[in-house]
Formats: sequence, structure tokens, C-alpha cells
Amino acid sequence: MSASSLAGRTQSTFSAPPWRERAEEALIPPLVALLVALICGDLLILSYGQSPASVYRLLLEGTWGNAYGFGQVLYKATTLAFTGLAVSFGLRAGLFNIGAESQLAAGGFAAALAGLALPAGTPLIFALLLCMIAAGLAGGVVGSVPAYLKTRFGAHEVIVTIMLNFIVLALLNWFIAGHLHVPETLHTPEIHAGVLPRLADIDPRFHGSAANLALIVAALVAVVVWFYLFRARGGYELRAVGLQPPAAEYGGISVNRVWMRALTFSGVIAGMGGINYVLGYKHYYEDGFASGAGFLGIAVALVGRNHPFGVIIAAFFFATLSQGGLAIHAFVPKQMMDVLQGVVIIAVATAVPEVRRILRGARGRTDA
Amino acid sequence: MNQREGGRGTGEEGDQSEFRAPQLPSSLFPLPAARRPPPAIRMDGIDKSFGAIRANRGASLEVLPGEIHALVGENGAGKSTLMRILGGLMKPDAGNVEVNGRDVTGWSTNEAIAAGIGIVHQHFMLVPTLSVAENLVLGCEPKTRGIVLDYKRAADDVRKLSNETGLVIAPERLISDLSVGEAQRVEILKVLFRGARILVLDEPTAVLSPPEVRELWTVLRRLRDNGATIVLITHRLDEVVELSDTITVMRAGQTVERIKTSNTTPAEIARLMVGREVSLSAGKRVQPSGRAGGPQSDKGLEVRNLSVTGSRGIRVIDGVSFSVKPGEILGIAGVEGNGQTELIEALAGLRSVLAGDILIDGIDITRRSVARRHDAGLSHIPEDRHRRGLILEYTVANNLILGVQKYFSSNGIIDRGRVMENAMREITSFDIRPPNPLLAARALSGGNQQKVVVAREMGRGFSVLLASQPTRGVDVGAIEFIHQQLLNARTQGKGILLVSAELNEVLALSDRIAVMYRGKFATVMPAADASEEVLGEYMIGTKKGSAA
Repeated sequence: MSASSLAGRTQSTFSAPPWRERAEEALIPPLVALLVALICGDLLILSYGQSPASVYRLLLEGTWGNAYGFGQVLYKATTLAFTGLAVSFGLRAGLFNIGAESQLAAGGFAAALAGLALPAGTPLIFALLLCMIAAGLAGGVVGSVPAYLKTRFGAHEVIVTIMLNFIVLALLNWFIAGHLHVPETLHTPEIHAGVLPRLADIDPRFHGSAANLALIVAALVAVVVWFYLFRARGGYELRAVGLQPPAAEYGGISVNRVWMRALTFSGVIAGMGGINYVLGYKHYYEDGFASGAGFLGIAVALVGRNHPFGVIIAAFFFATLSQGGLAIHAFVPKQMMDVLQGVVIIAVATAVPEVRRILRGARGRTDA
Repeated sequence: MNQREGGRGTGEEGDQSEFRAPQLPSSLFPLPAARRPPPAIRMDGIDKSFGAIRANRGASLEVLPGEIHALVGENGAGKSTLMRILGGLMKPDAGNVEVNGRDVTGWSTNEAIAAGIGIVHQHFMLVPTLSVAENLVLGCEPKTRGIVLDYKRAADDVRKLSNETGLVIAPERLISDLSVGEAQRVEILKVLFRGARILVLDEPTAVLSPPEVRELWTVLRRLRDNGATIVLITHRLDEVVELSDTITVMRAGQTVERIKTSNTTPAEIARLMVGREVSLSAGKRVQPSGRAGGPQSDKGLEVRNLSVTGSRGIRVIDGVSFSVKPGEILGIAGVEGNGQTELIEALAGLRSVLAGDILIDGIDITRRSVARRHDAGLSHIPEDRHRRGLILEYTVANNLILGVQKYFSSNGIIDRGRVMENAMREITSFDIRPPNPLLAARALSGGNQQKVVVAREMGRGFSVLLASQPTRGVDVGAIEFIHQQLLNARTQGKGILLVSAELNEVLALSDRIAVMYRGKFATVMPAADASEEVLGEYMIGTKKGSAA
């Protein structure tokens, strides 16, 4: 049998592990984790003397149940998608980027600067592109610092990115407070060009919600990341480094170069997340706008299992929790949602590997 | 912990000669003469499936107490599965398991360990940042005042066990500083330390040098004479015949034969394993062609005055010069840890060179990256397929392009059609089983994993091949095949540098043989002048020659 006819047979005859098994392994563990989190949520709600069913109904009505709530979920999910993709991109190369928070802020700041520098009336596409490039560049610059320090001196990226968060956020604060703020506020003037249309401009039902076309950019970035990771040679090499650095090195892949690339582009992706707030929502940079979205990106990447499309789903999930917290505020404190987020993260970190082990055990496969 | 009742590890000085005193039921409770003691292990009608793959189909095994029992079979014959069931790592789908007459079907690993079953795995399970002693006492650490690890006592216990068994190793050394052979010794010590009386050794000699193998044999015989029961999984039939009392042969998940070793021959065992006649020695030697025309110094691999420093600044390769001509196999023998690993890594571009030159076909590659050495015609079968040779989570198809990924992509995009085509071709020509290009490399047996590495490295254009332990942990059928591939490549005018812990392999395949001792070539001789005895003396340093 010739090789090509065999190759033609491949897709149909061999699909191992079969589709169903793969889907089960991808879906069941996070669902179990979710179940665990929900049970914990039930107990919390009960402890406030409320009925879990009605609180959850309220949560769903306030998020996916009406256009405004859904728009808010979309808006929050957009930023989380950027930071989640950023963190997962680094993780695929075996690197923990804790710096998405400051990369996001730097990206937003750069987008605002670009929007301020451009004259009013600059063609929209042109202005948008420039602002996005500025955002990506700024994030990339912040991301390249730990990348350089790691590959050149062996400094651990976790330490460096954490410390850079303090440095970058403090610098931005100083810059805004000292030089660029509108009096009595901590934000820049409004940008002249590069304003992203809101969803409400297209469909009035979204009126009042912050959702804007940055979500399309986020979806595009997810597709590009997926394509790079799973179809491009660079992604083959990046994942190889993440899985087994000695084997990658043996395969002629420069581990340092891949690390440099992975952390820098992780920063670029996080930085681009800044456009959601600056170009799409407020049209200015405000100190502290990131407010934890960078850190939550770590949880999003974890729950999304470092798969670009999983990250998108996880981003929606966390956005729902966050928005839902506002909807149920009248009955239980919205901090309950923060607690629930924490529970979800812990549940995923513990239940997912455990459930997968049980699934595989049931099929008689071992990880060894 | 009651399994440490042997007087060792508790600090009391036991009689040194009484290591692992016989503790068979018969010696404790004299049985009527008519009743023999129950078999140490009895496994019957074992079924175990993994999805569509049936690893065991009614397999059986009977091991008598106090014997060395060899379990042989090709890769994927189901030996490891059977032993995992015995060790409690898996539960059988059907069949029962008895240990010392007690039905223990489906027990847990802890129960197996408590019952004195110790499995020495092929792949090491040691903590690299801890010392030998710390690894051994892990889980049952001696403590002073119940809190602080009594390191001195741990080290003393280990040293004592080490002396008793002849498995010599300094307890203070870090695992990460040990050679593969030394780490293996620690693995064996570890199960003994836990009080194992039924020892299962999975390919224990795959990483040992001939003197180390002989030491191990002495150790195993001594353990047996003291009442231990030993199950030896191995591919090396000479070992089976030399050491075992009884042999169980498995093929395709079934037990095909249980024979007394004294009643059989290696050829018969090989036939039972494979199900057909197998040639046990590498094929007839073909005289290398075109070497009469004088030295072709610009061809093949040339190494001049190569020096390399090791991980702790010691010079592990010290001014080595040699060449491998096209159509030649240069074999390197030597006890593990004399610089072979570092030599290959330096040649492959994975370790920086202190001084000297490396040339391939006359091109200086000393300062080139791994990828650019590939381009210059270098191919490399690494000694450790799990660390370097394969990305275990990647599919077989993706592993078959590791290192040549740029030839399987255009404009930075991987051409998946060609990757798949290449995979099907290599799977067919190298008989990689199961023949599924989308399976993760991790799911393959050791022998088939090695075939993936060999297929990749020999399937592409190259002029010089570095073959490091090319048949480690591979069954006879596959060894025969890989040897044939090496010989074919040689006939086609490729230069091959072969490093192997198997002296037989080096002797059978090489045109010239070099012996490495302490970072230098102790000798280089034509294969015709070499024998196991001659090489052995250079290997242990009793004889020193001038490197030719």
C-alpha cells in the first residue's frame, strides 16, 4: 500500500483517542469543577438565609437574561479573553506570566496616547490600527523585560513579572497624576481618534452596556493564537519547549528564542486588551482600570485549559460571575461572587486533574 | 513499619551475612512433606484491555519461591501489564492473582508493597535534588526525637545495605550527579530497603555496563540464595539463559510457554517469543567499500583534540581525536559515566565545547547550532528517548518530524498532509505498533518509542549518524531490525558513531572499536582484534593503551 493512500485512510480509520473520548476529557472535568463550585455557592447563599434557586435565577436574569446584562458580560469577557489568552500563550511555552495586569494597563495607556496624538478626523480604520499597534507594542515591551532577563540571566519570570507589575503601575500612576490627567480626576483627556463603535450603536437593545467591537478583535486574536499554536511551525516549536525543553533543544529548537518570543507576545496580547476599555468604553485611560483583570486572566487560562477556545468560554464564565455579583447584590453581598470565583479556581485546580485521572482509569489508560 | 523487621534500618547490628534471611512459610511452619509451599506468585487467566487493545488475554504466570524467573516476550507482549497488575498499579479485567497462596486479586500498591513485592521500574522514579540516602528513606525516614531526619542513621543504613548487597553507592551523593547506571543501582536498593522479598526487575541491565551486569548477577544470586524470589523482565536472551531458573514466554498478551532454563536454548526462546526463526547475531559483515583509495580526511566525521567540561567544571572529555569515515561504524565501548554521554552531546551541539574542532564532510561545525548541524548532515539517536528523543505528549506523527519540522512546513505553516504521509511511511517501514500516527508517543511501548526515534533519524538524509544506545530496552525482533538498518546505512556510505553499553552490540556492528576511560580513548582497535575480555580490561582501566 502506498504511503499516500494510507495517509488518506488516516483521518477516518485512526482517530485516537476517539472524538467522544476527547470531548469527554475536555468537558467533564470542568463541569464537575463547576458543580463543586455551585454546591459551595449553595451553602454560601443558604448561610445568608436566601434560597439558592432564586439567587441563581436572579444571577442568570441579570446577565444572560437581558440585553444590557449580556452586553456587560460581553464587555467583561472581552478584557478577560485578552488577558487569559496572554497567560495561556506563555503557559504553552512553560512560562508563567503574572504580569498581564501591568501589560494590560500599559497597553491601554499607549492606546490612549496614540488616540490623543492623532488629529480628530483621522480615518477610523487607520486610527484603530495605530492605537491597537501602540497597545500591543506597549504590552510587548513590558513583556520583553522578563523575557530578556530570563533568557540572558536566568531570572525567574514569575518574580520579574510580579515586580514589574508594581513598577509599571506605579510609573503609569505617576505619569497620569503628574502630567496628563484632567483636573480632579485620574484619567487622561478623551481621545481624538480611534473610538471603537459600541454594540449599542449597531443594536439599540444593548443600550447602556459597555460592549464594543473590541470583542471581535478578541475573537480574532483567539483564532490567530489557535492557528499559531496548532498549525504553524512556530507553535509546534513553542509547545515542544513548553512540554519538554531538553527534547526541543535536541530537535534544534532554540529554547531561549522561543521563551523570548512567547513572553513578549504574551505581553502583546495582554496589552491589546487595553483597547476594550480605552477605545471601546471610556475613550480615555484611567488609572487602575485593569482592576485585577490581568490576574483573573491566570484563572481564565487555567479554567480554559490553555486552549484558545477554552479560554474564550472561561472568559465568559468569569465575566458572568462578575456581572452576576452586581445583579444579586440586593440579596447577598456581591463579594460572594469573589468568593465563588476563588472556589471555582480551586475546584478546577484540584478537581480537573482528579476527574481526568478517574476517567482515564475507567478506560484503563495510565499517565505513566 | 513491619516490613523493616529484617534487623536492618532499625539501628541494631544484625549479622551481615544474614541479609534478607529466608522467611518462607515452610521454614516457619514446617509443612507435611507431601505439601509443597504454594508458589510465590500465581497469576491465572489474566485479561486486561485498554480500549481496543487487549494487553493480556488469559495470561498466566507461576513463580516458585526462591527462584529467578525470567519473563520474556516482545515489546507489547503484555509483560509490563502483567507486572503492573501484580504490583497493584492496575486491576485485571478477569483472572486471579495469588501471592504466597493468598488470593490478592485487585489489591492496591500499598498492599503489594506491604506483602513484600518490590518493582524496580525501567524508568527511574527518584528525586533528583535529594541524596541517595534521602531517596531511600523517603516515606520511612528515621527521625531523632520524632521530628528531625536522622540523616546520619539514614546514611549508615544505606551504606550497610549497600555493602551487604554489593550495590555500591555513596549515600551522600545527589541523584542528579549519578550516571544512569548508578541511578539504576539506587532503584534496586530502594525496593530492597522497603523490605521487598519478591523482586520484579523490569529490564534492569538495559543501562548497565558488563562489569556492572556481572555485579548485579552476583547480587541477584545472593538474594535468591537468601530466599528472595526474583522476576526478571528482559529482552537479552543470554541473560535469561545465564541467570534464570525458569522462563515464561509471552506473545501477544498470552503465555505461550513455561520452561526450565536448563531444558532450552536462546534460539528456542527467541523462536517462541517472535513465533518464527530469528537470527541472533547481526547480519553478515559487508566489507566497507572504497577505502583502499587512501585516507579521505575531508569526508565523514572528524574530531580533533576535543575537550569538554561537565556540569561541575570537571573536564569530562579530554583532548579526544578520532574520525569516522563514510561506510564505517566506529563503536565506543566503556563503563557508563566515562564521558560517552558528554561526547555525543558535544558532537550533537547540546553541550558547549571547551576546545577542539568537529568537522562533518570537511565543514567545521564546532560553533554551529543543533539545527545547523542537522543541515550539515548530522543525525542523532539520543540515549534517552524520554528526555530528549521524544516529546511524549506529541503524537507519533509530530514526533516523526522533530528536528526536521522546517522541512515539513512552508511559509511557517506545518504541512499536515505531508506530516501524515511521512508518518504512515515510517510506521509501515519501521513496523511501529500500534500503527496509529495520531497516538501520543507516551502511549507506545518502549521498543516502539525507540523505533519512532530511529525511523526519524535514519529516515532523513544524513551523512553521519550518532547512535547512542540505539537498542536500549528494545526486544529481539526490533534489535535485529535496528541493527540491520545501521548496517544498511553503513553499506550506503554513511559514517556511524555507535555508543552502546552492550558490548555484544559494539562487537557485532563496529569496524573499529574505541574504549572510553575517564574522558579519553584508552584504545582504538580494529573490531577483528577485539573481544569482550580485551575490551573489558581497557574499560576498567587495568590496561592502558595509546589512542590510535
